[in-house]
Amino acid sequence: MERKIRVLIAKPGLDGHDRGAKVVARALRDAGFEVIYTGLHQTPEQIVSTAVQEDVDAIGLSCLSGAHMTLFPRVVELLRERGADDIIVSGGGIVPEEDVPKLKTAGIAAVFGPGTPLKDIVEFHKKALRKR
Amino acid sequence: MEIVERLLKGDAGAAARLISMAEDEDPRAVKALSALHAHTGKAQIIGVTGPPGAGKSTVIDQAVKVYRKKGCKVGILAIDPTSPFTGGAILGDRIRMQQHSTDPGVFIRSMGTRGWTGGLSKGTASAIKILDALGMDPIIVETVGAGQSEVEIVRSAHSVLIVEVPGLGDDIQAFKAGILEIGDVFVVNKADREGADKAVAELRAMLETCQEPRAWAPPVLKASARDGAGIGEVVDALDSHFAFIKQSGAKDLKDRASAEREFMEVLRDRLAKYITEKVVRKGEFDALVERILRRQLDPYSAAEKLLEPIEKGK
Ligand SMILES: Nc1nc2c(ncn2[C@@H]2O[C@H](COP(=O)(O)OP(=O)(O)OP(=O)(O)O)[C@@H](O)[C@H]2O)c(=O)[nH]1
Ligand SMILES: [Mg+2]
Repeated sequence: MERKIRVLIAKPGLDGHDRGAKVVARALRDAGFEVIYTGLHQTPEQIVSTAVQEDVDAIGLSCLSGAHMTLFPRVVELLRERGADDIIVSGGGIVPEEDVPKLKTAGIAAVFGPGTPLKDIVEFHKKALRKR
Repeated sequence: MEIVERLLKGDAGAAARLISMAEDEDPRAVKALSALHAHTGKAQIIGVTGPPGAGKSTVIDQAVKVYRKKGCKVGILAIDPTSPFTGGAILGDRIRMQQHSTDPGVFIRSMGTRGWTGGLSKGTASAIKILDALGMDPIIVETVGAGQSEVEIVRSAHSVLIVEVPGLGDDIQAFKAGILEIGDVFVVNKADREGADKAVAELRAMLETCQEPRAWAPPVLKASARDGAGIGEVVDALDSHFAFIKQSGAKDLKDRASAEREFMEVLRDRLAKYITEKVVRKGEFDALVERILRRQLDPYSAAEKLLEPIEKGK
C-alpha cells in the first residue's frame, strides 16, 4: 500500500490563537495527509515526544507569541537528541524577516509567514516523506 | 531484526515505526510481527466507544492517571475516520491527553481508519500487538461509535466501555440498542450537567429490558471526566470485568476467537496475493475471463483448475 504522509501540527508557547494552525491542518487533510493535531500550549518536550510516538514525517510549528527564536530551535535540538532529526520541521506564525535565516541555520526547513498560500505549504509537505 | 530487539527493550520509537510499517502494509512489518507474536497476549485490551464528543478521550485521559498510580504502563490507540474522498484525516484525540505525552509509561498513537469501513483500521490489530509486546497493559482503543465499528471493537477487546452523556433523548434509541449489547461497563459522562441521574436510570432500565440476564451485569456509572470525578470507579469496574472473564473462561473463548480470526485473515491475504501474483499478473486470468465470456468455460471449473496446484500441495 502507498505510504501515507503524517504531519504533526503543534502550537508551542503561550499564545491562544490556533486558527491559523487549524486552517493549515485542514488543508493538509484535504490533500490526503494524516494530520495529528495536539492543541495549544505545547512544550518542545511534549511536541517531540508526540512526534516520536506518532512517527510523523514532518512537524509544523505555529507560534504567534514571539518566542519562536527559542521554541523552534529547541524542538530541532530535542529531535536530534532522540535520533529523530530526519523529521522535517517548518514554522509559521509571526516571524520577522530578519529571524528567518537564523531559524534556517538552526534547522528549521521552511518558514511560512502570514499570507503564505496554503498550496505552498501542501506542496512543501508532499516532499516530506521520511526514509525507512 | 534490529527493530524487534529495540522494541522488546522498550524503545517507543521502534514501536512507533513498526506501527507505521504495519499501517502502510510494508512487507518488512510481516517479519517483525511474526517475531513479536510470542511476546504478545499479555495485556488487557479495552475498547472505548460512544457518540461523538461524549468525552471518550477525556475519560481515557483521566483513566490513564489512575492506571499510572497503580503502576501500569498504558497504551492508547485513538482511531478517527479517514475521509473517503481525500484519504486524509485530522486526528485530534490527543488534545485531551497531552498531560501524558512525556510520560515514558504511556504510549499514545492516533490512527485513521484508512478506508476500513469496519471502523477499526486493519493496522489496529497489528498496533495492539506491537503495544502488547512493548509491555503496555492495559491497551485502550478509542473509536467513535457509529454503527459497524462497535461490532469490530468488541471483537478485539476484552472489555468494552461505553461513554454516554445526559440528555441524548429518544432519537438515539437505535444507537443505544446496538451499543447495549456490547458494553461491559457503561459510564454517563458530563455528570456535572443536568440529567445525569435520569440518564443512568434510563440506561439501567434499558439494559434490564433489552438484555438477557447475564452472569456479568454491566454496571452503569456516573463520571465527570473533566475534573476526574468517578473515573476511579470506572477503572475498578474494568478491572472487575477482566477478573470476571478470566475466572469464567470467557477470556479464553475471546482470545481463541481472536486467534482464529487473525489466522483466517492471514490465510485469506496470502491466498489473495497468490491469486494476484501467480494468476492475474501472468495473464492467465484474462485468458480465462475471455473463455468464460465466450461460454467455452464456466467460472467454477476455471477456479478449480487454477487452484489445483494449491490443493495438490495439501
Ligand atoms: N461539562 C463537561 N464537559 C466534558 C466532560 N468531559 C469532557 N468534556 C468536554 O467534551 C468535549 C469533548 O470531549 P472529548 O474527550 O474530546 O470527547 P470524545 O468523545 O473523545 O470526542 P470525539 O473523539 O471527537 O468523538 C470537550 O470539550 C471536553 O472538554 C465532562 O465531564 N463535563
Ligand atoms: Mg476523542
